[in-house]
Amino acid sequence: MSKVDIKYTKLFINNEWVDAASKKTFPTINPQDETVITQVAEGDKADVDKAVSAAKKAFHRYSEWRTIDASQRGRLLLKLADLMERDVKYLAELETLDCGKPIKNAENEILWSAGIVRYYAGKADKILGNTIPADGEVLTFTLKEPVGVCGQILPWNYPIPMFIWKVAPVLATGCTTIIKPAEQSPLTALALAALIKEAGVPAGVVNVIPGYGPTAGAAITHHPDVDKVAFTGSTEVGRIIMSAAAAVNLKRITLELGGKSPLVICNDADVEQAAIIAHNAAFSNGGQCCVAGTRTYVQSGIYDKFVEKATEIAKKRSVGNPFENVDQGPQIDQDMFDKVIGYIDAGKKSGARCVVGGSRIGQVGYYIQPTVFADVKDDMKIAREEIFGPVQSILKFDTLEEMIDRANNTEYGLGAGIITKDITAALTFVKHVRAGSTWINTYEHIVAQTPFGGFKQSGTGRELGEEGIQQYLENKTVTISLPKKPLLQ
Amino acid sequence: MFRNIRKIVHLQKAKFSAAAPAPQTNPEILYTGLFINNEWVKSSDGRTFQTENPATGQVITEVQQTGKSDVDRAVKAAKDAFRLGSPWRTMDASQRGVLINRLADLIERDRIYLASLETLDNGKPYTAAYYGDLGGVIKNLRYYAGWADKNQGKVVPTDGKYFAYTRHEPVGICGQIIPWNFPLLMAAWKLGPALATGNTVVMKPAEQTPLTALYLAQLVKEAGFPPGVVNMLPGFGDAGAAIVEHPDVDKIAFTGSTEVGKLIQRGVADSLKRVTLELGGKSPNIILGDVDLEQAVEAAHHALFYNMGQCCTAGSRTFVEDKIYDKFVELAAERAKRRVVGDPFRPDVESGPQIDSEQHSKILNLIESGRTQGAKLVAGGSRAGDKGYFIQPTVFSEVKDDMEIATTEIFGPVQQIIRFSNLEEVVERANNTVYGLAAAVFTKDLDKANYLIQAIRAGTVWVNDYNIFGNQVPFGGFKQSGIGRENSEYGLRNYTEVKAVVVKLTEKNS
Repeated sequence: MSKVDIKYTKLFINNEWVDAASKKTFPTINPQDETVITQVAEGDKADVDKAVSAAKKAFHRYSEWRTIDASQRGRLLLKLADLMERDVKYLAELETLDCGKPIKNAENEILWSAGIVRYYAGKADKILGNTIPADGEVLTFTLKEPVGVCGQILPWNYPIPMFIWKVAPVLATGCTTIIKPAEQSPLTALALAALIKEAGVPAGVVNVIPGYGPTAGAAITHHPDVDKVAFTGSTEVGRIIMSAAAAVNLKRITLELGGKSPLVICNDADVEQAAIIAHNAAFSNGGQCCVAGTRTYVQSGIYDKFVEKATEIAKKRSVGNPFENVDQGPQIDQDMFDKVIGYIDAGKKSGARCVVGGSRIGQVGYYIQPTVFADVKDDMKIAREEIFGPVQSILKFDTLEEMIDRANNTEYGLGAGIITKDITAALTFVKHVRAGSTWINTYEHIVAQTPFGGFKQSGTGRELGEEGIQQYLENKTVTISLPKKPLLQ
Repeated sequence: MFRNIRKIVHLQKAKFSAAAPAPQTNPEILYTGLFINNEWVKSSDGRTFQTENPATGQVITEVQQTGKSDVDRAVKAAKDAFRLGSPWRTMDASQRGVLINRLADLIERDRIYLASLETLDNGKPYTAAYYGDLGGVIKNLRYYAGWADKNQGKVVPTDGKYFAYTRHEPVGICGQIIPWNFPLLMAAWKLGPALATGNTVVMKPAEQTPLTALYLAQLVKEAGFPPGVVNMLPGFGDAGAAIVEHPDVDKIAFTGSTEVGKLIQRGVADSLKRVTLELGGKSPNIILGDVDLEQAVEAAHHALFYNMGQCCTAGSRTFVEDKIYDKFVELAAERAKRRVVGDPFRPDVESGPQIDSEQHSKILNLIESGRTQGAKLVAGGSRAGDKGYFIQPTVFSEVKDDMEIATTEIFGPVQQIIRFSNLEEVVERANNTVYGLAAAVFTKDLDKANYLIQAIRAGTVWVNDYNIFGNQVPFGGFKQSGIGRENSEYGLRNYTEVKAVVVKLTEKNS
């Protein structure tokens, strides 16, 4: 086990490190061995109030943050990207320690996130309003203004990327924010806050309050001075946040929630390549991915061959100490561990054929064997509910037409993929599947430039790309009456 | 919309009068060759030319002179760098942005050197070179670095069973010919959008000012751009003509005189190369009677005299409303007399020399025409000092619209102050020119400002300020001041070719 130097464990408010008002702390657990890594300050309503106050002050119309050039905000973001790359090794170790993901993945995710910061750095002074040929003797234009003070609540599955997906558009648009990282993984959020300060972002623009959902999270979503809330996590909690927003001050909301995304593999696919894509789609990050390909639909012509290949690949998947060269580390915590084991048991009971795995690994740490179920039916629990663990479910289908309806037969709509050489089948499927991100002959290709988000109960709004910036803007239309004189042409 | 002018003028002065780090008054000249395919080579026919220090009239150094076969070599390198499957064509768009940002980093690193070299070769005050030119270069490159992965095409709901979308592709090999008045800045304005959108470039800096462009080429290599993406060819109009005529060049971008712009436009008629031109101007600066007089005089002074009047957008027709005219002229003349002219490396100097003896003579001749045609000389009027190409800041009042100094682009430190009495009249007179590059309105009145903004035929209209250039804002001319716009999102269009893709489907898709 690596010895990682933990520098920041307090609340980050107004560019300062402070204890919680209550002086309370909470433990963050190492999922490899279930021990306590360290105590972290536990934020609650009083701390959120302080943070919102700081964020509000930083958003005042004469503040430094509101009066610097947009291009200067871009410069600060570029600096942040540089700092993330400077500290990639340290940040990766901290991430792996806190959430158990293989360290190579953690490193790649940090570099990917730095690229996202650079994307938004370039966007800062390119947020354009319009001048409009409106009816009447007027000059009309639109201003795209920052929406204001934001509350952002993060999940634990990709702590650093999720922090960056939230903070980058805030900084690009000139908003301010209070971020509550997941209680399972607060450490890298605090390390990134330190980098944000080092980059030169003014005090109060970014505030980080570690703590729990029902306390700190609820305080944020209920705060009357928070103009907008963004949340990534479960659909269940997403509903709670939407209610809170409606009840208090009609906060604008973006939600990135759960999924049960179908990956459709047609007869003309190269079985080996398709099996690899499907394997990664299901097992990436130990299956702890909102857009995981968790319903693997295989056309009947290649079904048996595919199941054989999928089994072979899953058996080779290495699980162990994430600081070493493994494919998979532990699941995040006891709760998720129990839940996943529960689904695996349900899968076995429902009559699906368990061809690989199916049990925990070892006695200590939340390790679960990569598990594959074949002959899964659409109405089984493992085919309908989000498992969020290393479990692949393989189902059979006959025609594309039937497949479209089965793909859409879910309350979710986050992602979908199809593997085929047929251009018409591919375009037809992506057109008719009700999902926010669709892939053809690949899966989970998510980059800075491509908007990401869900249809239906997988969420509302989009992150990344052009669309991602829209969520942090409020449109203001300005109409000026023009002088009532005849004008020269 | 109408910020307090006092604050703006104050900020402008403050920006440039904060002490810049000390210049290198004798900067080392490192690169004097042709830059082709990331290599320094001599001209194939052995010709060289000299570049001069306009403050002294003395030769700085000899530079290799580009001939036709050098142009052929450079275009070939640019073409190879652009071929399908090349490193430049296959790298992520965001990676182009990373390289451009790296180039900006290197320029920042060498900012003092580059500003010093610019002052040596061009004669502009070092403070302006350091803050204005170099500041603008760095910002422009960073601005376009940010566009690299954001040049998005569209998906469109076409009729019939089709899936239709557009690709925004690079236009190809771009020939870029830049002027001597803002050498490095003009290089950045051209390179930024061309490289961001994935094109390759053959650039010819002005023969009067090759040095900073050549150093920039070396930084391009150091930043990691693949060979052939940027080629730098110092030389004269014949090299420019060879670029314009070369069949493998897809696009020409030129900044310079309207006269040469027309030659280029004619030159590409057979090949139908895409062309953008930034040409001359005779921009009206319209000052209404309700302004703070001192501030307006100061702003109008800078509008004309900045960069020794060598600005395509110079406010060279200062229209002043009757009721404040006489007082305005008095203050303007006073201000011109106070303008500090001298060694451009001195921090207190506001004007250096003009660029060369040809410009120097041309300007003095035009001043003479002002005298003989009956304008009233209220400041300056002659050369300054006895070496280098210095001219006294010159002001004419009682200028009539048909005088040569009111119609011809002088490109020197000569201010024309012209009387007007009402808005409709001044609009007609302001528009009565073949040019249409820029214009300004000074007034507190919202309605009058809006009236003039709408009526003036110019690519940029400033209100209560002058010569404000942001990379985010498009720049270019109406009429014979040019074709196309540089900077901003609009600038991307010049370097993008749109390809529509229409895919047949078996069923209706919307």
